[in-house]
Amino acid sequence: MTPSTKRRSTIALVLLTALWAQSAMGHMLQGEAYGFVTGFLHPISGADHVLAMVAVGLWGAQLGAPAIWVLPVAFPLVMAMGAMLGFLGVPIPGVEYGIAASAIVLGTAVAFELRPALVIAAVLVGGFAIFHGHAHGTELPPGQSALLYSMGFVIATGCLHAAGIGIGTVYRRRWGQRLLRVAGTIVAGGGFFFMWKAIA
Amino acid sequence: MKSASTLRSRSRALAGLLVAFTCGPAEAHLNTTGMGPVYDGLMHFVTSPEDLVPVLALALLAGLRGARYGRRAMLALPVAWLLGSLCGLFAALTSAGPLAASLWFLVLGGLVLVDAKVSPRLLTALCALLGLFHGYLNGTGMGFSVQAIAAVLGVAGAVFVVVVLVAALVVRLRAQWGRIAVRVGGSWIAASGLLMFGWFIRGT
Repeated sequence: MTPSTKRRSTIALVLLTALWAQSAMGHMLQGEAYGFVTGFLHPISGADHVLAMVAVGLWGAQLGAPAIWVLPVAFPLVMAMGAMLGFLGVPIPGVEYGIAASAIVLGTAVAFELRPALVIAAVLVGGFAIFHGHAHGTELPPGQSALLYSMGFVIATGCLHAAGIGIGTVYRRRWGQRLLRVAGTIVAGGGFFFMWKAIA
Repeated sequence: MKSASTLRSRSRALAGLLVAFTCGPAEAHLNTTGMGPVYDGLMHFVTSPEDLVPVLALALLAGLRGARYGRRAMLALPVAWLLGSLCGLFAALTSAGPLAASLWFLVLGGLVLVDAKVSPRLLTALCALLGLFHGYLNGTGMGFSVQAIAAVLGVAGAVFVVVVLVAALVVRLRAQWGRIAVRVGGSWIAASGLLMFGWFIRGT
């Protein structure tokens, strides 16, 4: 066998092997935990997000049952719908203003202990959740698990509501009621700050 | 007469070709625990949220409806999962993608959220559908072998344990806040499903 024939045979063998090889479905779960952590940290890393979501829990605690659980349930669901609008490319004008306004309005509601009908409170909270979902829900970093990112994002949002509700349990005491009003004022103040930043 | 080296190289080439042509897919689909295929299957289930979360949701739903529903779920779901897996072992590799996962999250999370008054028949049907579907996908990912059958048993055992523990925990809940917490958990599952559906639409 001449060297040329040997080389041709080798090339043919390599080509055949390459063409016949089946896919190696190594199911390495790379980036999975990272996806969850990224999703979980996302709502926590933005102060505007944190203020609004904690305020939802505080307001729910002030309003009592059933608002104490209806509002935190409404928020993540409508937030996911807001993210859906983002995925579909539906633009929502003034998203940053909406997020800042959510902190202002919810903080004011807590500061003044506003008690609207449950439907109105839920619609208000849900309306603001659309802005939060549209702004933040669509930001999946490349190469990470969408499922775990989504779960982390929703769980972190729920934990922030739970933190608000936990703080809101002081509402049963007289000093606690005053403390919640102060907390509401701080949230509203933060909202004005973010509104000013959005406008400037 | 060919030289010995030529014959040797041809034999090697033939052996290489045979190996290349007859190799099956390298289905390194299972997590390796070092404790055997049963535990590998068990570990695979508990580290796969697309499998685990719908089972959790169904167990929560069964627990909310009461002990009778819990007993149905703890039998129907693992058996269906086992059957689906065994069928999948002999099937060609398929992938359901994120759409199926998001729909299961949405439907089951939504049912938990609204504390749906499902009939025992409907719950059994949901168990059968979920078990057959996810079990089938598990089976196709493993490919047929004795180890895979043991792993399937491990997965079905894990499904049984999760359903029993979660449903029993929820059945025992007497306080109203406990049931509300379960329903809030359902809303989180549904919201995750909705987000997943969005990712699917966008094609991530």
